[in-house]
Amino acid sequence: MKFEIDYKTIESVAGPLIVVGRVGNAAYNEIVKIKMQDGEYRLGQVLDTSDQHAIVQVFGPTHGIDIRDTAVTFLGDTFKTGVSEEMLGRIFDGQGRSIDSGSSITYSDKRDINGEPINPAARGMPSDFIETGISTIDGLNTLVRGQKLPLFTGSGLPHNMLAAQITRQARVKDQSEGFAVVFAGIGITYDDADYFIKEFRKTGALKRTIAFINLAGDPSIERILTPRLALTTAEYLAFEKNMHVLVILNDMTNYAEALRELSSAREEVPGRRGYPGYMYTDLASIFERAGIVKGKKGSITQLSIETMPSDDVTHPIIDLTGYITEGQMFLDRNLNNKGIYPPINPIGSLSRLMNFGIGKGKTREDHRGVADQLYGAYARAQDAKNLSSIVGAEALSESDRRYLEFGEAFENRFIRQGFDESRTIEETLTIGWELLSMLPESELTRIKEEYVKKYYKKG
Amino acid sequence: MGIIQRVSGPLVIAKDMLGSRMYDVVKVGSGELVGEIIQLKGSSAVIQVYEDTTGVKPGDEVYTTGAPLSVELGPGILGMIYDGIQRPLDDLFKKSGAFIGKGISVASLDRNKKWKFNASVKKGVRVSEGEILGYVQETPTIKHYIMVPYGVNGKVKEIRSGNFSIDSTIAKVEHNGKTMEIKMLQKRPVRIQSKFKRKFGTNEPLVTGQRVVDTMFPIAKGGTAAVPGPFGSGKTVLQQSLAKWSNADIVVYVGCGERGNEMTDVLTEFPELKDPNTGRPLMERTVLIANTSNMPVAAREASIYAGITIAEYFRDMGYEVAVMADSTSRWAEAMREISARLEEMPGEEAYPAYLPKRLAEYYERSGRVEALSGKKGGITLIGAVSPTGGDISEPVSQGTLRVVKVFWALDASLAGSRHFPAINWLNSYSLYMDSLKDWYSSNVSSDFVSRRNDAMKLLQREAELKDIVQLVGEDALPDSERIVLTIGRMLREDYLRQSAFDEIDAYSTLKKQNLMLDAIMHFAKYATEAVKKGVGAESIANMKVKSEIARMKGIKENEIESSAKKIMENINKEMDTLIRAEQEVEKEEVRKK
Repeated sequence: MKFEIDYKTIESVAGPLIVVGRVGNAAYNEIVKIKMQDGEYRLGQVLDTSDQHAIVQVFGPTHGIDIRDTAVTFLGDTFKTGVSEEMLGRIFDGQGRSIDSGSSITYSDKRDINGEPINPAARGMPSDFIETGISTIDGLNTLVRGQKLPLFTGSGLPHNMLAAQITRQARVKDQSEGFAVVFAGIGITYDDADYFIKEFRKTGALKRTIAFINLAGDPSIERILTPRLALTTAEYLAFEKNMHVLVILNDMTNYAEALRELSSAREEVPGRRGYPGYMYTDLASIFERAGIVKGKKGSITQLSIETMPSDDVTHPIIDLTGYITEGQMFLDRNLNNKGIYPPINPIGSLSRLMNFGIGKGKTREDHRGVADQLYGAYARAQDAKNLSSIVGAEALSESDRRYLEFGEAFENRFIRQGFDESRTIEETLTIGWELLSMLPESELTRIKEEYVKKYYKKG
Repeated sequence: MGIIQRVSGPLVIAKDMLGSRMYDVVKVGSGELVGEIIQLKGSSAVIQVYEDTTGVKPGDEVYTTGAPLSVELGPGILGMIYDGIQRPLDDLFKKSGAFIGKGISVASLDRNKKWKFNASVKKGVRVSEGEILGYVQETPTIKHYIMVPYGVNGKVKEIRSGNFSIDSTIAKVEHNGKTMEIKMLQKRPVRIQSKFKRKFGTNEPLVTGQRVVDTMFPIAKGGTAAVPGPFGSGKTVLQQSLAKWSNADIVVYVGCGERGNEMTDVLTEFPELKDPNTGRPLMERTVLIANTSNMPVAAREASIYAGITIAEYFRDMGYEVAVMADSTSRWAEAMREISARLEEMPGEEAYPAYLPKRLAEYYERSGRVEALSGKKGGITLIGAVSPTGGDISEPVSQGTLRVVKVFWALDASLAGSRHFPAINWLNSYSLYMDSLKDWYSSNVSSDFVSRRNDAMKLLQREAELKDIVQLVGEDALPDSERIVLTIGRMLREDYLRQSAFDEIDAYSTLKKQNLMLDAIMHFAKYATEAVKKGVGAESIANMKVKSEIARMKGIKENEIESSAKKIMENINKEMDTLIRAEQEVEKEEVRKK
């Protein structure tokens, strides 16, 4: 137990950082309380500590902090957050303080928001098929419980709609176990936050939802906390209360920018485009908190939304995320411009865990082959389309023309579906076979012969 | 004993450390976190800590263990899964639950289990370091040889066969007048290359069962390869396929800063899969090192070295070891992170200036050697690289490509159309092709390499023609060129594309590869002739036998010979029919005139 001493030895305040002198024994990552002249206080965390001074990152604005009178207390503990089932149905700010008018919550436990890495040997293999009712996802990039998957999107694309639709429709075969949604709004606008809350309310999901919302106008440093609060809460629900938790992180691009802001305030050597060199590790400490653990019933599935700055997939945030997550969904501006919803472009989209969730007994025996064949055919249709835009459709070979037709039909019948339309996996595969039947049977070499015989529609 | 002065992330600076040596392992703070000294300045030492430093504070104590970072070696190591500093993850799971806590120390190898040691030297014999004293039959196929530890040379005073735990004495050797007790459990420092007598070249391929690798860009046993590719291009699936199917005796798989679920995948799958060469469970020949992306960053750096040191140990017993490092970029990033915290002058893209040297040093630990034991073994080293945005002009890719001999270029657009393995046949290369030629001629087929070269030429020609087609359309090409497009597609789709998830297609023996390639190239030869005789490219593209060729990859090993024969006949038959029909038409025309 450490005495709570007030240090009035702030040496400097710059950006979100304060340097406190003559401390001597602040622990790394220790939480501090910063009391200002007017009696208000803020929380902060030790980023660097030496026998001379401690560098503290302030959660919240640094307005009102002064050098003479502001006092800093080191709390001798890491950042912990209360967790409880009572939090379901409630809304919190980006630091985990309740912001609805609900009653006060009795927390069952307090947990370090950084969590601890799951032992790879303790992980269970995610293999429960999640039916989202969306053909491009279920058919081509099947999601499983315990997966982490980002939606790479651009400004102006309907990613919020899609995330809401997935949340509303997602189901697994065995529905008997409890499920919950933890929503982390990271630097999003009030409108976006409001959209999700309204959607959850409309569908009745709200009472199974916990929302942490850091709005665009809130301190950006708080964004470092928000996803961690959400995941700490999710871990409690999943691994203590046996729930299947879907965590929505929206938008991780804002998170990464906050990270950059903090890094530049610390005067660190910048990596690509000014983002810190440890961004990969940092993002991983969030994304890797998805999964299944042996001996526990619950699971954490992550769906994150990331806006690609100027639709650039090689942007460091997007690039590093893609290296950590188990696949990705690309929202495509061209498809969107054609009026196709959901504008998920299958080319480039990927679910790495798909193979564990599909096939006989899970979806259907022909699923893998159908997906591969649709992919191959759509990729070929794209080639044919590029070709026809140069040489004209007349100059195409007969087979290229057939693929061109296939491509059109694929976009309009397979990709396109309504915001309220939920297709079963059988429906999705049926549409797939209808489309593949536009091609000659001999072209379907990516599917096992017996399945072609069984499902191909002649004539 | 030193006192902590400063803590910044994984880096700790301690004073009063005079006498401690560079790269010695230290225990940090009350939690006894494991760290390593990476810089000395006067009496203070800079320590990189392999665990999360949350809660560590100035004034805490540091003490040195006096030994460099080492791995424990001995029977029981096969089938294990370790973290970056060789703590068995299974034991951590049992001890601290599903989440990895801090400061937990667990022995790397089981001290209780008894192994049957068979001595192979007699009392009174002179032995020197690295020589074999005896063996333990660790698995039905692997004899785990026990070697004289480094620095011990002398007469065997005592040696006995029997059942022992790894830390009991099995032999005593007189060394400079002192009696050294030798145990099965030994340690080797990870950052120093293990000793050997000499290195020699290599002329045998590591057979991987992957057609694009074995046929097009083979890697020699003892060779090095790099697999750079953007995310989603299938680096990990390829690495796993190689770990599963290659004909190495031992596989060390290092998951360095990658996904947790990928390691779980390996852990669930490998015990069930069988080594195609021995029929034993794959796990029996595998050692896994998993330091996932969310585990402490400094240990990520250590994991790479732990892996190669374990590989060297088995190499010294005369085994062919394959090391998969996935991904070396994460290792380089860990170096960058530590370097930035040390406030070193950054090099290219903020990587430290010593990055290329570290990479070269690492890949140099591969190769076939004559070990101190006199046995011949080798390490094949395959490193995945994750270049940012898939752009291989970045320092890690470039530093790697300068030292490796095989380059499998993974391609995002191939991956996008689900052409896996997404190895681009136009950019990739293997510098081993020449030295392996003879092996292929005598072990596969005398004309395999020339057929392979013809296929490569065809693929290159196809790529050129595709550029032209982009401008003028396929119709504008003469039939002799249009069939190149048809055959190119067949090579790509029916030969190079291979499903890692299909039970049969996942692994192709060289025999099957040879027959498949033979069928396609025979088709190509015959088609070229047919076109010369006036058969249209369209009719060749629509031939029925084409889909039979396409389905060859799904044919079981024991049926492949007979089906290949049938397919060859069908090619001849269908082609002859086409040619005959064409000749009829021509005759008819002549008659009309």
